[in-house]
Amino acid sequence: MATIKKPSVDAVLVGFGWTGAIMGMELTAAGLKVLALERGENRDTVPDFAYPRITDELSYGIRGKLFQNLSKETVTIRHTPADVAVPYRQHGSFLLGDGVGGAGVHWNGHHWRALPADLQLRSTYEARYGKKFIPEGMYLQDFGVSYDELEPHFDQFEKICGTSGKAGNVKGQIQAGGNPFEGWRSNEYPLPPLASPNSAVLFEKAARELGYHPFPQAAANASRAYTNPHGAQLGPCNFCGFCERYGCYMYAKAAPQTTLLPSLMKRSNFELRTRSHVQRVNMSPDGKRATGVTYIDAQGNEVEQPADLVVLCAYQMHNVRLLLLSNIGKKYDPATGEGVVGRSYAYQLNGGAALHFDKDQPMNPFVGAGASGHAMDDFDGDNFDHGPLGFVGGATINCINTGGRPIQQLSLPAGTPTWGAGWKKAAKENYVYQTSVGSQGSVMAYRDNYLDLDPTYKDAFGQPLLRMTFDWKDNDMAMTAFISTKVEQIAKAMNPKHISMGFKKKGDHYDVRPYQSTHNTGGAIMGTDPNTSAINRYLQTWDVPNVFVMGASAFPQNFGYNPTAVVAALAYWSAAAIRDKYLKNPGALA
Amino acid sequence: MTDLPEPGRRGFLRRSIAIVPAATALTATGFVVAQNAAVPPAAASPAPAGPPYTPVYFHTEEWAFIQAAVARLIPSDDTGPGAIEAGVPEFIDRQMEGGFGQAATWYMQGPFVPSSPLFGYQGKMLPREVYRAGIAATDAWCKQQKAGKRFAELDAATQDEVLKGLDGGTIQFAEVGAKDFFTFLLQNTKEGYFSDPIHGGNKNAASWKMIGFPGARADFLDWVNKPGVHYPLPPVSINGPQG
Repeated sequence: MATIKKPSVDAVLVGFGWTGAIMGMELTAAGLKVLALERGENRDTVPDFAYPRITDELSYGIRGKLFQNLSKETVTIRHTPADVAVPYRQHGSFLLGDGVGGAGVHWNGHHWRALPADLQLRSTYEARYGKKFIPEGMYLQDFGVSYDELEPHFDQFEKICGTSGKAGNVKGQIQAGGNPFEGWRSNEYPLPPLASPNSAVLFEKAARELGYHPFPQAAANASRAYTNPHGAQLGPCNFCGFCERYGCYMYAKAAPQTTLLPSLMKRSNFELRTRSHVQRVNMSPDGKRATGVTYIDAQGNEVEQPADLVVLCAYQMHNVRLLLLSNIGKKYDPATGEGVVGRSYAYQLNGGAALHFDKDQPMNPFVGAGASGHAMDDFDGDNFDHGPLGFVGGATINCINTGGRPIQQLSLPAGTPTWGAGWKKAAKENYVYQTSVGSQGSVMAYRDNYLDLDPTYKDAFGQPLLRMTFDWKDNDMAMTAFISTKVEQIAKAMNPKHISMGFKKKGDHYDVRPYQSTHNTGGAIMGTDPNTSAINRYLQTWDVPNVFVMGASAFPQNFGYNPTAVVAALAYWSAAAIRDKYLKNPGALA
Repeated sequence: MTDLPEPGRRGFLRRSIAIVPAATALTATGFVVAQNAAVPPAAASPAPAGPPYTPVYFHTEEWAFIQAAVARLIPSDDTGPGAIEAGVPEFIDRQMEGGFGQAATWYMQGPFVPSSPLFGYQGKMLPREVYRAGIAATDAWCKQQKAGKRFAELDAATQDEVLKGLDGGTIQFAEVGAKDFFTFLLQNTKEGYFSDPIHGGNKNAASWKMIGFPGARADFLDWVNKPGVHYPLPPVSINGPQG
């Protein structure tokens, strides 16, 4: 294998999804010469997501044409530190992205800001319920950055995406029709909400009549034609029903391709190299500075790329793995609780009710967008009194109709046979009349849910795979049991013919087969104490000041929201710190 | 576009034309506009039957098994098309030769260790090898238990009983996981039933017609928030209107 050494750049970005594109925009605007390295292929709306080929459920939704090819690299998974992990051989529970745009291509576009309390979770719980309320073994931490500090960056990302929604709190004034629990916002959403599918209209009425506070889901699926601050043009969403797992053929779903790349790719101080798979961050002999990265190019050459600044912009798991492979930061050890890299892996615990209606109430499930529908925040975050309930966390409850693709999304009443004449008859009678009420619940961080390198399994280049040790914990099961009573109450009020409840119960173990959530978090968490976080509040590694780490790997624990807007806001916040502070005096920012 | 050598250029044009269905238009800006909702419903007559499909992967006896098994998993009756009319056997044969059958995007490095089903399929065998071994094992089991008959030679009720045994774990094999085999078979049968007709199954989009899924229309701006209204148009494929 030939080793090639390339000329140095000011900043190298590892991975080119949302955070890579944001960093690319912000750092080139600061005058840096920026190189992005993406292991996958280049992709754009045309030709890669063009109609009609993109409406192929089998190729995209089921076989995962846009997902990471696991034959080259995956993770291994086990339930406890005493088990032997086995590879995540096929996509199931979470869907890793690949190529330009990353998972920002095949997301649904649910757009949530964090609650102010989410960002200061330990402080909030200790103040309201006392220190003893937090169970033994749970690692609850503050992010180290406040909502007020992030607000301008949430606002910025909403304008980039052309987010469609209804504000609930503008400058402290509660707005009718929006989410009354949300943090203050400096502006209304850039676009009005998407229209609601039939099912969400019923949900909204039922939830409101029960005294809850439903509101239109904020969507990075444009409800109108829109031009963003970079001049990128989005088209209006047409409810095609092929959103998550697909690229958007309508230029309506915000993705790096539709919002940032049209501007970034024209900048002379920016370069993108695709099919460039970064192996490690290279370090100076004293281990105090990164000197660049080494990657394998499409032809198998090993390439050394020197850089003054290294920004890890890959998916949560890949960022953590690169830190481990590069020996940046002390590795986490669950036996002692010491070390930080790999600490606090978390996930989400979701549930739902499948609803089936009578023939006079067609739901037309194929009429959908990734984020079309209503949600409510009454039992999420610390929006309700946890004192008598005894658990930490909560869930958003929603009725979102993303589509009705029949291989993946056909839903039949509980007790229906899985094959044979009875199955076919149920499919015929129920498909048009199906909908669901779902919950998206938080999962906290725990001492023995963590990430490290697998001792056995290797990737296509011979490097160890990441190993995930994860299982459900009683606190989160208590949360979802409580949420299930609320989901059932609302589902009943919608008055369907049949309700089938689908919630996990205490004693259930993590099952990697069914899709659950691509909202994996932690492993390189942010904070204010280098003993309990891998990166500081500016997303800069504590030990190596010229390495920054983006992504949901920074979340100290997970919440009941989709993470993308928080990930993007943190990237803008970090980019501002690099531009305004780090470049003037390159060193530790905290 | 750069100049391609003549054969390459012809090939490119052929491929380009092949992916643009009648229902699609390219505007001057390159923006693809879905106009399929305006396509009038095609006549309800089924498309003329083509020549019978000749399997590429499955041997004759395996092919008989596949046809018999999918005919029980989704039987033909008054409700709607069965797996045979939907072309599911052709779909599965094509999948065996494609990425799925060869686990092209699955991590298939060892060691392969027995583990809880919660961690998904952990076998060393490719899906198409699981089919080959699973069919042979099921036929051998049937011959031993059912008076020397292969699965395809059994009556429908007995076939159902065997499939339930594979599904429920009461039939087990030494050489391949019976449940793994059944899981792939049922998954692929439903995929072949419901996927776009371009993959060889769902002939004439008949399963979509049965349940009311409009297929590749993918343009419903006028149909959101219409309580009580059934969507009126029949399905289209990526390849255009279906019979």
